[in-house]
Amino acid sequence: MPDDKRVAVLGAGMHPWGKWGRPFVEYGLVAAREALADAGLAWRDVEFVSGADTIRNGYPGFVAGATFAQALGWTGARVSSCYAACASGAAAIASARAQILAGLCDVALVVGADTTPKGFFAPVGGDRKDDPDWLRFHLLGATNPTYFALYARRRMDRFGATEEDFAQVKVKNARHGQANPNARYRGEVTVDEVLASPMVADPLRLLEICATSDGGAAVVLASMEFARRHGGGAEPTVTINAVSTVTPAFPNTVIEMPNFSTDSAVALGAAGGDGGAFRPSITAAAYAEAGIGPEDLDLAEVYDLSAALELDWYEDIGLCGEGEGEKLLRDGVTALGGRVPVNPSGGLSCFGEAIPAQAIAQVCECVWQLRGAATGRQVEGARVAVTANQGLFGHGSSVVLAR
Amino acid sequence: MATRVPAVEGWFTLGEEGAPALLGSRCAGCGTYAFPAEASFCRNPDCDGQEFETVELSRRGRIWSYTDARYQPPPPYLAADPYVPFCLAAVELAAEKLVVMGQVVGGVTVDDLRVGDEVELVIDTLYGEGDQDFVVWKWRPVAGPAGG
Repeated sequence: MPDDKRVAVLGAGMHPWGKWGRPFVEYGLVAAREALADAGLAWRDVEFVSGADTIRNGYPGFVAGATFAQALGWTGARVSSCYAACASGAAAIASARAQILAGLCDVALVVGADTTPKGFFAPVGGDRKDDPDWLRFHLLGATNPTYFALYARRRMDRFGATEEDFAQVKVKNARHGQANPNARYRGEVTVDEVLASPMVADPLRLLEICATSDGGAAVVLASMEFARRHGGGAEPTVTINAVSTVTPAFPNTVIEMPNFSTDSAVALGAAGGDGGAFRPSITAAAYAEAGIGPEDLDLAEVYDLSAALELDWYEDIGLCGEGEGEKLLRDGVTALGGRVPVNPSGGLSCFGEAIPAQAIAQVCECVWQLRGAATGRQVEGARVAVTANQGLFGHGSSVVLAR
Repeated sequence: MATRVPAVEGWFTLGEEGAPALLGSRCAGCGTYAFPAEASFCRNPDCDGQEFETVELSRRGRIWSYTDARYQPPPPYLAADPYVPFCLAAVELAAEKLVVMGQVVGGVTVDDLRVGDEVELVIDTLYGEGDQDFVVWKWRPVAGPAGG
């Protein structure tokens, strides 16, 4: 791949996920310092700071980029902040990458961190009858697990997925996360334990639904030229070869959180359009940009908001055809030791979601996997990795990394 | 007797003259529907239509998928005390070629539902406040010849 589309990942860092109850700035700071140390760079070397915002901690995450820059000490570095719900981290990476590829800076720091409340995610407060996210709670009592459960039930009724299949995804990811020092949940889980946990949104049980967590993640990105200079002429070990931040194509025919309805496909008649489901288009755009296909993948980090949703992702990222996700799981293809391990980090299942940090954390895991440094959960000989994720209101998020 | 008040304005009819229905919009230019109604833009990227008529959507559709809410949703959902779990369904409307979410009427459990089942729209209480019943649309299974 030519230089002009790649950026080097020089450093990755995370603050462990948990329910620590401290200010999110602390987590971001720990992650940023770890990423800088990993890169062998000083904070003063950073020319551009890209922050992923949290909406849960005051004036949009204190507008994250500047808050992290102040916490590290003002240096006059240029700044940008963005919010794209669960896709915020990828959007922040995309922003930093664009600055580097445009030649506007050589070194950029991307940081995201969150402190989360207990229980179901609820909408921002107030009486806001023009906000679909507020209205879906008010009029339908539709929580996030409601939407995850709709997808899960549809798999059961259409493809014959079973409750045990969903439980097996959880068991697999729990096993993957055991050796991950940044994971919040690191215990082994059995199918029986999953199936004995309380039903939340039928057919999804408590242990199959992603928790909300505190955490922070950061990466240091650099131009290829800078990376070679910094590395004494050597090629950088890990590069980002594509970032997809696509929106859906009309008509989006799958019901998406927080919407009340899908698009109408009437205008397209029987011929259909370029629309359909959103998720498959997210990685398709990343693969096209990187010049690879799903057959080139050695591992994937996908957004397992529910155990069942991971099976949807197998199909959406092109590991198998529609309705074949269960077979892939049952054959062990997506477990460590299989052909394409999915969520070797343990995924959201072991982390819980720290929204603005999560897409960056996915990238951190890929960096460590591609370096061969993912102790206790290493995908042997990994050369190509993809992350996949989707943010509320239509934000695609996928990053292709290679060594 | 309690007065029925829509929990949201302009999203559905109460069916005082005939059967109740969801109120959507239809683009005069390309025919694209939207629910809730769009008044300012058409979602079709190839259409710059700015005229929309308010239309009643199909009262019947088929279940795209379904689930339930075993735990009380957080505010701004106003739950009855004690909390009674309810089902939700995403329902495909054939004529409009779109899928609409809604609660399922009380007394129905997930065991009563299947993807592809036919349901019809009714207006039902969401919560009560004083002598007012705040109502919303819900889906009710249509008992077919095969028992549903």
